[in-house]
Amino acid sequence: MEKTMDQRPRIIVDGVRKDFLLRHTHSLKEAFVARIQRKNAAPTTFQALDGVSFEVGEGESVAVLGLNGSGKSTLLKLVSGVLEPDAGTVLTRGRVAGLIEVGAGFHPDLSGRENVYLNAAILGMNEAETDARFDDIVAFSEIGEFIDQKVKHYSSGMFVRLAFSVAIHVELDVLLVDEVLAVGDAPFREKCTKKIKELAEQGKTMLIVSHSLGMVKDLCDRGVVLRKGKKIFDGPVDEAIKALQG
Amino acid sequence: MTTEDLTGFQTPGRGRGILDIFRWHYLLRLLIRKGTSTRYRNSVLGWTWSYVKPAAQFLVYYFVMGVILQFHKDIPNFAIYLFSGIVVINLFNEAFGNATNSIVDNRALVKKIYLPRELFPIAAIIGALVHFLPQIAILLFVCLLVGWVPSFAAIGAFLLGMIIILAFSLGLGLFFGAFNVRYRDAQNFVEIIKMLSTWTAPVLYGWAMVQATLPAWAFHIYMVNPIAVAVEYLHYAFWDPTVENGAGFPPHMMWYTVGALVFSAVMIAIGQLTFRRLERGFAQDL
Ligand SMILES: Nc1ncnc2c1ncn2[C@@H]1O[C@H](COP(=O)(O)OP(=O)(O)O)[C@@H](O)[C@H]1O
Ligand SMILES: [Mg+2]
Repeated sequence: MEKTMDQRPRIIVDGVRKDFLLRHTHSLKEAFVARIQRKNAAPTTFQALDGVSFEVGEGESVAVLGLNGSGKSTLLKLVSGVLEPDAGTVLTRGRVAGLIEVGAGFHPDLSGRENVYLNAAILGMNEAETDARFDDIVAFSEIGEFIDQKVKHYSSGMFVRLAFSVAIHVELDVLLVDEVLAVGDAPFREKCTKKIKELAEQGKTMLIVSHSLGMVKDLCDRGVVLRKGKKIFDGPVDEAIKALQG
Repeated sequence: MTTEDLTGFQTPGRGRGILDIFRWHYLLRLLIRKGTSTRYRNSVLGWTWSYVKPAAQFLVYYFVMGVILQFHKDIPNFAIYLFSGIVVINLFNEAFGNATNSIVDNRALVKKIYLPRELFPIAAIIGALVHFLPQIAILLFVCLLVGWVPSFAAIGAFLLGMIIILAFSLGLGLFFGAFNVRYRDAQNFVEIIKMLSTWTAPVLYGWAMVQATLPAWAFHIYMVNPIAVAVEYLHYAFWDPTVENGAGFPPHMMWYTVGALVFSAVMIAIGQLTFRRLERGFAQDL
């Protein structure tokens, strides 16, 4: 799809660093003792991301590649606002929605219907927007008449389908996908991939993390490769996959 | 691409604090409804418990303090006096306690999706208010039995008391809720405050006794405590009209009210600032 009107990027990541505390404690006393002993202790922080910069343009689909622990999820959480960088800036334009961990807001003692409304609201939708999409959400999830049953009586497959369906129907400009495409059974996975492709064709901007390189190739033109928190490659997705393996 | 036009760009994860409840009022409503509709899950009697518990509490206090120990024969209708104070303490303890735990309890969400985190303590406090209504119903019922008639003064005093106690709970709840994410020690502070709340307000005794024992300056401090002020307003609303000559307000009640309101506002400001500071670490510390 051609880029229209606004040529500016949707996501700007500029010199971002993210540190995590290594041994953190929930006890005030232990934290106090650790503070006093700090001088002769090993480093207490771990750099999950270090000086990462890139931009994602309007309508672009970019894969974030890297081995386990290389900082992919951390990067997506910074873009979604769940985490804040310790240095550098992250900027986004438009509505950002994350398929980061679907179903996080589901409550087992509420019905499917109530959970749809609650989770749509958690993802930033209002009542009218949810009403307008409700039938599509239920249809996509293939839940059928179970929609009015409590979610705790769902099979795990049904649960995942409904959660995913809500997340994918959120009104958005930028979609963040982190591994969730590994959920559900094969036909449903295929359906999800198709839906994400559809969104890409509509000109939505995407940042995708997936272990399935086939899917990455299918969905994205460009790849950013992370290794131990540093960006080591940014370019066409085929070359990015080579950089990852090399 | 260094000199770009950045209008329309946002920094992810920066809300506007408690003011976000206006923009996110729909989600807030759903979160409150979730809390109220799942409160008595798997329970046969459900909301009846919300009536049974305060009624039992009332009866115990009444018989033990009033009938057996014969406390306060100087306070007529002691049962109503007691109960109108206790409901304030119950509301405070529940609102403040729930708000403190709200972030940790919602960790699944806080760790994965960004939304203004202030929504959780606020939803917890409004949920506590909903749960408080059955207690007010019981109090009203008992009051009506002994000939209480509603008046504008009573309703005004009741509402003012509510505002003070909820504002104070919100301030403390934001502060300890944020603190609790990092250090679970917060829960112990909260337990102590909850325990003290009953004894630092004229609930089990009258303010006149305190005035008679404490020096003037100490009594002033005792009375600007928002819990004490709220308790006095509820006494005024529910207990005073049911007795011949009630205790009335302590002298300088207006100043105590202003003091309690200012104190609560300052607590909200401190709570919000602390919350904003610590919020940056919520997702990674949980
Ligand atoms: N909340 C956290 N506290 C401490 N360390 C963390 C936290 N989240 C992630 N990490 C660490 O940061 C590194 C990067 O994690 P992540 O971004 O999840 O990697 P990926 O998604 O690429 O597998 C890992 O070593 C992980 O252990
Ligand atoms: Mg990951």
